[in-house]
Amino acid sequence: MTCSIRDFAAARRAMAELLSVRDLRVDFVTDRGVAQVLDGINLDVAAGEVVGLVGESGCGKTTLARAILGILPAGAARVRGGAVRFKGKDLLSQDAATLNDEVRGRAITFIPQDPFTSFSPVFSVQTQIMDLMKWKSPRAAAGRRGSSLFQRYPRERYRADHASVLETLRAVQLPEPARALRRLPHEFSGGQRQRLMIAMALLPRPDLIIADEPTTALDVTIQAQILRLLRALVKERGVSVLFTTHDLGTAHEICDRVVVMYAGQEMEDAPRDVFFERPAHPYTRRLLASVPSADGPLRDIPGEVPSLIAAPSGCRFHPRCDYATAECGAGRPAPWVVADTHVVRCHHPVDAPIEADA
Amino acid sequence: MSDALLELVDLVRYFPIRNAFGRRVAWLRALDGVSLSVMPGETLGLVGESGCGKSTLGKTVMGIYAPMAGEIRFAGREIGHLPKRERRAVAKDLQYVYQDPGASLDPRWKVVHSLHEPLKIHTTLSRADREREVSAILAAVGLPDAHLDLYPHELSGGQQRRVGLARILTLHPRMVILDEPTSGLDVSVQASVLKLFRSLQAAFALTYVFISHDLAVVRAMCARIAVMYLGKIVELGDTPAVFEKPRHPYTQSLLAAVPRIGGRRVTLDFALEGEPPNPRDVPSGCRFRTRCPLVQDVCAVEEPPLREVGGQRVACHFA
Amino acid sequence: MTNIWFVLTRLARDRSALIGLVLIGGLILTALLAPVLSTHPDDVFELHPSERLKPPGPAHWLGTDRMGADVYSRLLFGARITILIGVIAVGAALVIGVPIGLVAGYHHGWFSDLLMRVSDVFLAVPQVVLAIAIAQTLGPSLPNVILALSVTYWPWFARVVYAETRSLQKEVFIESTGALGASPWRLTVLHVLPNIASPIIVRASIGMGFTILTAAALGFLGLGPPPPTPEWGRTIAESREFLPDAWWYAAAPGLAIFLTVMGFNLLGDGLRDVLDPRLRRGTARDG
Repeated sequence: MTCSIRDFAAARRAMAELLSVRDLRVDFVTDRGVAQVLDGINLDVAAGEVVGLVGESGCGKTTLARAILGILPAGAARVRGGAVRFKGKDLLSQDAATLNDEVRGRAITFIPQDPFTSFSPVFSVQTQIMDLMKWKSPRAAAGRRGSSLFQRYPRERYRADHASVLETLRAVQLPEPARALRRLPHEFSGGQRQRLMIAMALLPRPDLIIADEPTTALDVTIQAQILRLLRALVKERGVSVLFTTHDLGTAHEICDRVVVMYAGQEMEDAPRDVFFERPAHPYTRRLLASVPSADGPLRDIPGEVPSLIAAPSGCRFHPRCDYATAECGAGRPAPWVVADTHVVRCHHPVDAPIEADA
Repeated sequence: MSDALLELVDLVRYFPIRNAFGRRVAWLRALDGVSLSVMPGETLGLVGESGCGKSTLGKTVMGIYAPMAGEIRFAGREIGHLPKRERRAVAKDLQYVYQDPGASLDPRWKVVHSLHEPLKIHTTLSRADREREVSAILAAVGLPDAHLDLYPHELSGGQQRRVGLARILTLHPRMVILDEPTSGLDVSVQASVLKLFRSLQAAFALTYVFISHDLAVVRAMCARIAVMYLGKIVELGDTPAVFEKPRHPYTQSLLAAVPRIGGRRVTLDFALEGEPPNPRDVPSGCRFRTRCPLVQDVCAVEEPPLREVGGQRVACHFA
Repeated sequence: MTNIWFVLTRLARDRSALIGLVLIGGLILTALLAPVLSTHPDDVFELHPSERLKPPGPAHWLGTDRMGADVYSRLLFGARITILIGVIAVGAALVIGVPIGLVAGYHHGWFSDLLMRVSDVFLAVPQVVLAIAIAQTLGPSLPNVILALSVTYWPWFARVVYAETRSLQKEVFIESTGALGASPWRLTVLHVLPNIASPIIVRASIGMGFTILTAAALGFLGLGPPPPTPEWGRTIAESREFLPDAWWYAAAPGLAIFLTVMGFNLLGDGLRDVLDPRLRRGTARDG
């Protein structure tokens, strides 16, 4: 990767960076060939901000979330290069035990997409949450290696943690927390289970929450409640969130900044208002235009999402792009700083409000 | 209303909930008295959240579930209680598209055979005639003839979807029920699918019943819209009117919950609390009263009928 | 429809399935070419008392039996009996069991429950015992053995077909083809059957192994085809009084039975692995 790195870094200097992904490359080995699922991703999350990661299926947003957490499928996935710097340390180079103990479930927590299969169906909610607290509560001693079945849970700590759990369950507006704890997961609705997941993600007092499409499976009125709740809670506690979604409206609701990905490459990274009103990347503009509106014509994007095994060279969107020229296929554009926190990777960024696209 | 293509009168469908011994302990009231009519050539949208009964409605009209009470009139003829063989013949004119039309193809059959099948069932056309029809349909959905010789798993998801649609269109039905046709699709793919539906409607003079939970899509596609909650219709009217001036409190909340890609965050003003009640335990009187901001005593006692309020039909005492 | 070559090449990749394929292939070839491969083809019927109970040697590769007949040649002809019994018995069980399973799977209610309970009754009785009872009642002969075996084995087919039909009913393509106006008959024969062909084939292959074993047991007990039919089980029974001296007399048919049953079991397992996951993996991917 050449040029603009200094400008790029300068653009980021103002932000207190919590998470910094640089040139991350991940391949998946399939029986049809090697798929380049992530092709040199750059991503930053500052302290206390909610960053949205949007993109269509196959863009790699879920893979990126899992790569940060280090939970890629062991046999098939291969990290080919790049760095994931979290609070100064590169997560990719740390050993599994440290990652497990200090980072995963503690400094970085995860809210999965499917609320219906996220819990074990045979244990009560209390058992599962207190099991989490045993290892990951802020009161648990750090630096403990491995997990022994016979590890004791000191009674005073248990009581203190239990009180924290009840308090957090109240904060996520789960009705009757004390009774709820004793129930089994299947007795809760999807919306309630997501509230539980949010609580479990907040209890270890993380610096970063990675939420993978947490409201996709919910009804729209429940989704509105959950989005409002999540945003309020993270702002109150100063927690950063990396929120992946394929729904642009959801990103608009909850995010401070939006990053859009296409076929394993990040295309644009802009503050929310700029992203939706004056996006620079042709793909972003096309994506926003394809959202159905009341009176407008239906505008789709010609062509299909490419296979990641034989992906187009250079900028992977160039075969479908209106503005593409020869240089677009020759090499992937380096990050171009449009404004202080607005970065786009395109040889022909557009400088016009979105309404200008007739 | 005798020129309506489809007319539902107080349609009822419950599902039994059985305990471990097989005894019925409760009813899941999926459809609890639904009445509406669909005019030829129009697209009626049916919206609601999970458990509202919109999918059950589609399947009951199609005959996949038998109605327990009420009437289904299609082209003037009552079809809800027909004997099986006659009901099967209605499929020629009234068809149903699943959320994933590609899944409706037999994986062991080549595309050409799947496309010939509806014609073999319902017509006595010769093989040459059938081949002509099939070719025409393939062209209409935008697929090359070469795909005839392939198996479904050899096609992409989008192509499978088109084949599934083609299979239904070989019969030239008058009405097609679309059940969540764009659920789970990416926004750009969704746009192409909706465009396809529009062009097919024009080419084949189809009438659509469009079932979806996605209000933005329904707004773009449907001229009229019916909002369902827990097995009943709570609001029915022209789409622009309903979106601009929703009269039922549930419709108002529903529209308020839909995220937008511009302007103020909708969730800042969103006020609806709680969850929809379990369909086994439907509240007495008005079903929405447990969450309604306008609730009063009468709501628990009397179920509000659908009545005309300013151009729309609304089921609320206080609209 | 499944491509035979595809199945065979896939099978060949799985080592144990390959062994099964080789064994069964060998069995079939042996049966077909018995007259050609055997050294003393007439020994099936002729007796040579002077040469009785000779150990394996250059003239008689596997020795001779108590009548002086060549064990090796009788073994080869016995393969024909074995295959005949297996194919007809399993075939008959299939013809009885599959339709019963289809009907029971399609209907919901007392009739399908009745059918399945009847099949459960048959399954509850130990099959060898049932086969013995039937063969004993009707008398020892080849047709009676086949009858006994089909009557005991059909419930396995009925069960598999019932379970698969029920689960297939929930498939979207079955429901949608029904919504398209297809009659239950059409759905069952043209859509359900082809899609459950794989489990039926697997069950048939495993059934061959079981059936042959039971047939040998019946033959051993004297309930099978009468002498001089060179049926393997009967041969083992005949050899009992001469053990352990004339070890070849029992070892040859015993080994033949063992290899045949194992071959069918390995083949059946291999077929199961090849046929079903391939179908599941053959679904299209979206962008």
